[in-house]
Amino acid sequence: MKTDDLIAVLIADHPTRTQPVWLWLLAGLCAALPLSAMLFMASLGMRPDIATAIHSPFFDLKFAVTLALASSAAALSLHLSRPNASLRGWMWLFALPLGLLGIGIVADFAVPQRVNWTSRMAGSSSLACMSSIPLFSAPFLIAALLTLRKGATSHPMLLGALAGLMSAGLGAAIYAAHCMDDSPLFVATWYTLAAVFVAFIGAMIGRRVLRF
Amino acid sequence: MRGQEHEWTDLMRSANAGDTAAYHRLLSAITPVLRAAARRGLLRAGQSPDQSEDIVQDTLLAVHLKRHTWDPKAAFAPWLFTIARNKLIDALRRRGRRVFVDIDDFTDVLPGEEASEPTSGIDIEAHLKQLPPRQRDVLQSISVDGLSITETAKKFDMKEGAVRVALHRGLSTLAARAQKDPT
Repeated sequence: MKTDDLIAVLIADHPTRTQPVWLWLLAGLCAALPLSAMLFMASLGMRPDIATAIHSPFFDLKFAVTLALASSAAALSLHLSRPNASLRGWMWLFALPLGLLGIGIVADFAVPQRVNWTSRMAGSSSLACMSSIPLFSAPFLIAALLTLRKGATSHPMLLGALAGLMSAGLGAAIYAAHCMDDSPLFVATWYTLAAVFVAFIGAMIGRRVLRF
Repeated sequence: MRGQEHEWTDLMRSANAGDTAAYHRLLSAITPVLRAAARRGLLRAGQSPDQSEDIVQDTLLAVHLKRHTWDPKAAFAPWLFTIARNKLIDALRRRGRRVFVDIDDFTDVLPGEEASEPTSGIDIEAHLKQLPPRQRDVLQSISVDGLSITETAKKFDMKEGAVRVALHRGLSTLAARAQKDPT
């Protein structure tokens, strides 16, 4: 095909408006939410003492940390969806979830506790946590990877990893409503491991599907 | 060069505001520069510049389909050259080469260096043949036969909206095929 002929087609298609990537991503995540929530209610469900747990700052902190992780990763993903973008000067966004977690850990050591810190870190549900977070993250990860294809990244693997962290943050926020372990030490260990696992999966898929 | 890049940025802003004539001028203006850069990149990698037109067409297609990822507050040229560079690397990779591509291949192109004559691409033509019939007919009607959307709609007895949808889907499919193509 002659290049001039191709240009003629592109000109003809010019009036077709393309939507910004953030709108796609938002729509995708909103579609994934009920799926993930259904998976959650069908498998684990809320913890029985949810009504009192809400008043515990350590319980609430789990949502703050995981949603902060999801927000930071989402902002970075959208930034990286432009071809000539790099993460230089943007990584400080991760200070938000990490800072919250750090404050939580300091507070965890500062207040009187019934069990010692190693038991708090080991918790009672580490295996459930490690398997449930990737499960509840899966719908978000699929939605994020599909919608981020609308962008044009020069770093498909890195963007895939960010999509993984975003999905892990959202999946973990859902799982947190079931999880009986509220210690920030538990969150820092097991939630992080689960998030790294989902980020790895995201990176492996992203390097294939996010090239443009 | 600087003046030219400012002009591109202005043209792209007008194009995004709905000015199709500006979009046409922009695509016509960047094509010779992309062609010169693709030839130079191929030569530098020790490849024949024969397939440079495929890289140009891949780049134009990506520019078109990903134009919403350009930040209107930033200059157009760096965005364009990143896409062109990625497409050159893709083409070299498909030939089993791992080559470091110098960004200067794109920024160094002088306006006078546009002598090489326009040629045809092979890849898009080949992918076009494999499109669903409706998309293929619409694309060929507009590109090769040079018909407008309205004329194409009449020719195939379709609604104009349906022609537009088939056109856009066809372009997206072409881009996806070009991406997967192992040749």
